[in-house]
Parts: sequence; C-alpha cells; structure tokens
Amino acid sequence: MNPIWRIAGREWRALFLSPLAWVILAVSTFLSGWLFLSQVDVYLLLQPRLAGIEGAPGVTDLVVSPALGSVAIVLLLIAPLVTMRTLAEERRNGTLLLLRSAPVSSMQIVLGKYLGLLGFFTVLLALIALAPLSLLLAGSLDLGKLAAGLLGLWLASATFVAAGLFVSALTDHPGVAAIGGFGLLLLLWIVDLAATPGGAAAGGGVLAYLSLLTHVQGFLLGLVNTVDLAYFGLGIVLFLGLAVHRLEAQRLGG
Amino acid sequence: MSASIPTNDHVLIQAARLGRRFGATWAVRDVSFTLARGDILGFLGPNGAGKSTTMQMLTGNLAPSEGGVKIAGIDLRENPKAAKAHVGYLPEIPPLYRDAVVDEYLRFCAGLHGVPGRRINDAVGLAKRRCGLEDVGRRLIGNLSKGFQQRVGIAQAIVHEPAVIILDEPTVGLDPIQIIEIRELIAELGRDHGVIVSTHILPEVQALCNRVQIIRRGELVFSARMDELERGSHARLTVRFASPADAGELAALAGVASVDGDGTDWLLSVNGDADSLAGEVAELAAERGWGLRELRPERASLEQLFVDLIVNEVARP
Repeated sequence: MNPIWRIAGREWRALFLSPLAWVILAVSTFLSGWLFLSQVDVYLLLQPRLAGIEGAPGVTDLVVSPALGSVAIVLLLIAPLVTMRTLAEERRNGTLLLLRSAPVSSMQIVLGKYLGLLGFFTVLLALIALAPLSLLLAGSLDLGKLAAGLLGLWLASATFVAAGLFVSALTDHPGVAAIGGFGLLLLLWIVDLAATPGGAAAGGGVLAYLSLLTHVQGFLLGLVNTVDLAYFGLGIVLFLGLAVHRLEAQRLGG
Repeated sequence: MSASIPTNDHVLIQAARLGRRFGATWAVRDVSFTLARGDILGFLGPNGAGKSTTMQMLTGNLAPSEGGVKIAGIDLRENPKAAKAHVGYLPEIPPLYRDAVVDEYLRFCAGLHGVPGRRINDAVGLAKRRCGLEDVGRRLIGNLSKGFQQRVGIAQAIVHEPAVIILDEPTVGLDPIQIIEIRELIAELGRDHGVIVSTHILPEVQALCNRVQIIRRGELVFSARMDELERGSHARLTVRFASPADAGELAALAGVASVDGDGTDWLLSVNGDADSLAGEVAELAAERGWGLRELRPERASLEQLFVDLIVNEVARP
C-alpha cells in the first residue's frame, strides 16, 4: 500500500479518535440544519404569493441554494479547527521525525494528511446534504442544482483544507495554526469587499476574482464553470505546494 | 525493501566530513566515521555537543550543510527513500501517537517503512517479542508507563529490520531494571545490525558498546574500539610493596610511561599492554625482595578519558 494512504488512514483515525471531530460534526450538522429550517420558514411565508406568479423560483432556488450559501460560511469557520493540529501537533509531539525518517517524501506526507482531512469533510458534507434531501419526502427538488451546489461546497472545503494544512505547516502551535487559518480564509472570502464599491478601479476586478465567494456563487446557482473549477484546483495545488515547500525548507534551513 | 544490504560490503554507514550550520554557528563540523555490521557505537558527548544534530543528519531529518552520508552504500542525498529504508531511528523523544494502540501504531510504522502488507503482522509480532511488548498490544500508548513507551519507541525503530539502528539516549528516564533490559536488547541487536547509541552516561557505553566516539562542540575528538581502549595507553597500574622500591628501576621497565609515588605506594601509567607489564613488575619485586602486596591494573577508565577530553577542555578558556 502506498504510504500516502497509510498516512491518510492514520490522519483519519486520529481525527475520529479525538472528541474534536465528533463535536465538529455535531455542531456543524446542527447549524446547517438550523440555517436550512429558517430558509424553509421563509419559503412557507412566501409560498402563497409565489403561487400567483408564473415561472416563479422553486424550492431549490429559494431554500436549498441560500441555505448551502450559509453552510459555506460554517465550513469556512470550522475548517481551521480541523486542520490546525495536523502538522503542528505532529511537529510538537516529535512524531514528524517518524514520518521524515521513514522512506517517505514530504509530498507524500502532505498528500496523505490532505486526503485524510478531505475524507472528513466529505463525510461532513454528506451529513449536511441530508437536510435538503429530506425535502424529497414532501416534494420534488432540482437534483442537478443540488448536486452542483454540493460540488461547489466540496471544492470550497477542499481549498479550505489545503490552506489550513499550509498554515499548520508553518507553526508547531495548533492555536496559532487555527487563528492563522481563520485569517487566511476570511481574507480570501472578503477580499472582494475592497473591490465592490467603485467596481471601476482596475484592481477591483482582480480582487473580486480572487474571492472564494465569487466562485462558490456559480455552483450554488447550478452553474458548473470551468473557470471556477480551475480556480479551486489552482488554489488547492498552490497551498499544498507551499506546505511541501515549507516541510522541505525546515529540513534544509536552520 | 528492508534489510537487503550488499553482502560483500559490511560498511553500513559512511559519514564523510559532515557539517551542519545554524546561522553563523556550526553545530557539527567535519565529522567523519564509518559503521560496520556488528558495531555498537557509543556516541558520547556533553549535552549540546551536537549528538542529536548528527543523528538527525544520519536519518535524513536535517540536510547537512557540508559533506554527505551513505547508508548501505546508498547516498542519502541522491536517493533518500532507498537509503532511509535501511535506517531505524529512535529520537530523543519517542515519536509516539498517544491516541493509538500499540499494535496499530507498530503496524503503521512497519507499513510506512515499506514492509509489504502480508509481512506486517509477522514483523510487528517479532518487534513486540524483542521489546517485551506482547502483553500491551491492545493498550493505548498514552496510558503506558514511560518505560513501556520507550520500548514502543525502540520497537518502532526495529520493526522493519533495518540494517542500521540509531538510538538517541534510549535509556533516559528508565528504572534500573528497565535499563538492563534495554541494554540486553541493544546488545542482541548489535549482533546482526549496526547500532549507534547516543548517550551522556559513561557506564552505559562501557557496558554496551564495542566502539566509542566522543564529540565535543560539534567535532569528533576521540574515536576508538573499546578493546583497544582497555589495553591501550590510558591504562594504569597501582602497585604497593612491603618495603620501599626504587623509582628508577620501575621506570626502566618496558611499557612504563610514567611513575608516580614514593616508598611503597606507586602508580604506573602504562604505555602498551598493562597485563604483561603487571607480570614484569611482579618479577622485579620478587628479584629485589620488595614484597609485593598489591598489583592492580586499572582498565582504561572512559570516565578519566572523558574528563580529560571534555571537562579539562571546557575549563580552559
């Protein structure tokens, strides 16, 4: 078996052996359920008026998409908590020496850790998806739109995890890794705030383009865009590459 | 992948002019040595002399600023994965996952070091037997005593049957019984592996090693085989006679480096074989009728050597 999978398996088990992962699963499932419920309330309020309009937006547009948009923020908030301990704690406990002394490259270490964490987020998203899917009991959904939205959230989480892993590679203190991760992700989320007011400034477009929010939005509307896919792909590769670089630099530098 | 060492070549480690700089200061400089199968090399030095830095370079955890390491003939820089497969390493702090069960942890380590899946259970079983861990396989590492944790750390270093085993202060924090057990284990490992043990406990080196190296402020200042050391130039002979002896006649014996004492009590520094000199002293005493009362060769005291090399040097500005 490839060492990447061994490291991923170890990471996955370590997550579920700590209460942190279970608490995170419980809290974020509860929060997303709440967000979803409040969205359903709004829909029930609007429903009588919508009935009269021809071509009115359906349940998926009015309930699922906005709820998933809010869930993205929940994911952003919990991602650094999940990723904070991976490399930081490994260094702190001296177990990074075990991985480094083994015939395993820094790239394999980072990829293994990444896949283990990604597995956790996949489980989390599957739990979150149960709420919108429950609407199927009472009516019909635009499943394509839901799938696109979930794909967007999954890609966003994959980027959050890569960024969190990178920050965790910088320090040996999990708390520092968590706060640094928050900072980095929030910055990526709100970077377009600087751009919106004028909109005309040359830099504005670039900043808006860099924002994670912009790229998640398309998926929530049911649009799977090559540009958005590339954005997340590049983000993941960039952060993982930086994490590998950081591990190598610690071996070489002093 | 484990233990396929070139059979015609028993040199397991070749360190050539290893150096490591942190900023402007050299933590280790110009360290060269070799390690062969069957060697148990004691790596001695005061705290902060560069022992751990050297070990981290040997295990690929730190890149040397200068020089290079070959493990079983494979260059660590050019082919790190192949070279590292031959090394088992116990760092100063055992690299344990406290949330894992012993069996699970050792299986992970074996797999990580490239033991093929079907052989993992056997490898883990053997490592557990050697380290006396059979009864704690299902226990959580974090709940084990310090002694057992240390043993799990050693098991981790030998689970893939590496050619070279590097142990950084393996007996720190253990009780006397555990220390004896770990020493026995290391002696056993030394039979068909090459072992490097870093320590600052002198008796440990004497009890355990067949080679010794002393490192001081990042430089190797002494290197010898223990058996050479024992009959070498550092031995001394304590002699006591019934009647006063003549210093000139004692000094004239072959192999006497210096004579110290007066009347009946003498201390001879030996330059050569202490045992044959002892015979000659006895003969001389019988001839002259000095009445030999005590004749005690003092085996090279590593402590003496260490003090000479380290303490005296440190005291000097």
